[in-house]
Amino acid sequence: MIAHYGYKDAQGEFYITIDTGKCVDCEGKPCIKACPGSVFIEEEDPYGDEVVAVDDLKRKKIMYECAPCKPTRDRPPLPCVVACPHGALSHSW
Amino acid sequence: MITAGIDVGNRNIKVVIMKEGKIASRLAGTAGFEQREVAFKLLASAMADAGVTRDEVAHITATGMGRNALDFADSQVTDVTAAARAAAYFFPGVTTIIEVGAEESRGIKTDGKGRVLDSAINEKCAAGSGSFTESMARALGMELDEFAQKSLESTVQIPMNAQCTVFAESEVVSLIHQSTEKKDIARAVHDAIASRVSSLVRRVKLEGEVALFGGMAYNPGFCKSLMDKLKVDHLKIPEQPEFADAIGAAIVASKRAA
Amino acid sequence: MVEEKLEYWRWTESSHVDSDRDWRDARVITLGIDVGSVSTEAVVCLDGELYAYNTIRTGANSPDSANLAMEGVFAKTGLTLEDIHYTVGTGYGRVNIPFADKAITEIACHGRGAHYMGGPTIRTILDMGGQDCKVIHINELGKVTNFLMNDKCAAGTGRGMEVIADLLEVPVTEIGERSFDIDEEPPAVSDICVVFAKSEAMARLKEGWSKNKVIAAYCRAMSERVCSLINRIGVEEDFIITGGIAKNIGVARRIESILGVKARETTFDSQIAGALGAALFAYTLVTKKNKG
Repeated sequence: MIAHYGYKDAQGEFYITIDTGKCVDCEGKPCIKACPGSVFIEEEDPYGDEVVAVDDLKRKKIMYECAPCKPTRDRPPLPCVVACPHGALSHSW
Repeated sequence: MITAGIDVGNRNIKVVIMKEGKIASRLAGTAGFEQREVAFKLLASAMADAGVTRDEVAHITATGMGRNALDFADSQVTDVTAAARAAAYFFPGVTTIIEVGAEESRGIKTDGKGRVLDSAINEKCAAGSGSFTESMARALGMELDEFAQKSLESTVQIPMNAQCTVFAESEVVSLIHQSTEKKDIARAVHDAIASRVSSLVRRVKLEGEVALFGGMAYNPGFCKSLMDKLKVDHLKIPEQPEFADAIGAAIVASKRAA
Repeated sequence: MVEEKLEYWRWTESSHVDSDRDWRDARVITLGIDVGSVSTEAVVCLDGELYAYNTIRTGANSPDSANLAMEGVFAKTGLTLEDIHYTVGTGYGRVNIPFADKAITEIACHGRGAHYMGGPTIRTILDMGGQDCKVIHINELGKVTNFLMNDKCAAGTGRGMEVIADLLEVPVTEIGERSFDIDEEPPAVSDICVVFAKSEAMARLKEGWSKNKVIAAYCRAMSERVCSLINRIGVEEDFIITGGIAKNIGVARRIESILGVKARETTFDSQIAGALGAALFAYTLVTKKNKG
């Protein structure tokens, strides 16, 4: 399942996309620990697979939650994207 | 030299007349639908207050979202540049500027001498601006002043989950139903907007002292929440902070006239 | 005498029972409850087939709303909670349903429910709820393959439509028809924040626009907004619109015209998709358990 967590508002589109099919066999799910804002959680999806999702409490303010990793200048690579061994994670902004 | 700066916002229009680098008069009015006419009348009154005639005004610079509507202005400047110039005028050396108006908010990074290095802006979502506080005060049935003051009395931090003004109104109503104290709701509202504004600022990097411009600077509840979020112990706020952009525009005007 | 304030946002609550069937003949009876921010639905399935449903406006808290919706179905069918083999809760209040055996996300339930409502050829679901908007891709089994949700901002949701109904003092159920009662389609209100759109609508009225024209401009803004969400993951046919706003033809037709795709017609109340999916998941869970 391709899951798009986040929102679109008047300021733009702010989605974290997770290809959950790639999470199923991922050992330790390192993206969860890599995120300084604790944005990710592990959960069982409705079809019985252990996957990574974006915490409900963070989803609606994801632009703000992710802001510390996204300075307007000299942006370093995103820690969550770097940590994911399967290339399952991406950000829309 | 005499110049004028006009800030044409969606909500209000502000005019400043500057004489030899000093503010000679300032005036604000509601924008309404006829921005040009309102601005023209305000300018005439401000000139009268300053005791100057139109011929003596060397240059008029307009700023704000409606700046292009003023055909009588000699030039235009962006809000961000105007704010940067005003910061250099009031607080030379200060490089981090926050501006929170009725319908927009900004974080600006400058070189401390009026030049913009970077900015992050929210201008299309009501939840990130002063109008958020107004809607919430209305939902609580409080005057804005009372709402701002009450917030300071709160000792409890409760989270607001809604990130949208429309949804936040319902959330405030349900908080009232749960008998949450008004002062705590007021604080939650100010904390929420302060956290949105501070994330804008963090994107341009927080460094040294922080200047706060815009009408929200009058709100002590918001200022307190913002200081907490930014982890700073004071904010540099000029007298009548809502005139900052108009003052910046008048300063730009004097450079352009010279 | 105090005149009661009219509630322009109020939509029609509905209920239905399949009178051709008797639940006493069923082997497995399951219940699905969808507690949304605005409406709550209860659906009963007999052996994995839709039997009865009831929709109500969500009250002050989730447990009471769930109870009320359920009792509505029970009152019309004579069922009691003891007759139900399994209950799945979904929606925003899903974790606060005291009698539910399991909670499942609304994305999965909407996928499953729409698959039943529109048939196995449905690939794209647009669900426009009270406080959110979802775009869901499903496969031929009703399993979600891709989704995107917007519940942060009121623009593009039922709540956003209620704001404009209240402002114009037009019942929300009339918005759709009235939005086509115009000479020419006006440009959309330009701002996509509901708060700013409201100020803009007020400005248009002052300029002399008719209420219908303002409604049309608002419906168009909402449709454009929703289509830009859909375009993020694309639309694959067959396409179906569910949720309360599906009943608003002012938005539904404009979405179809912008996308260039016709939405599948369904005989069911478009609001029950989530609860129906929940009841179907409940059926799968019971039958799996019995087999195991």
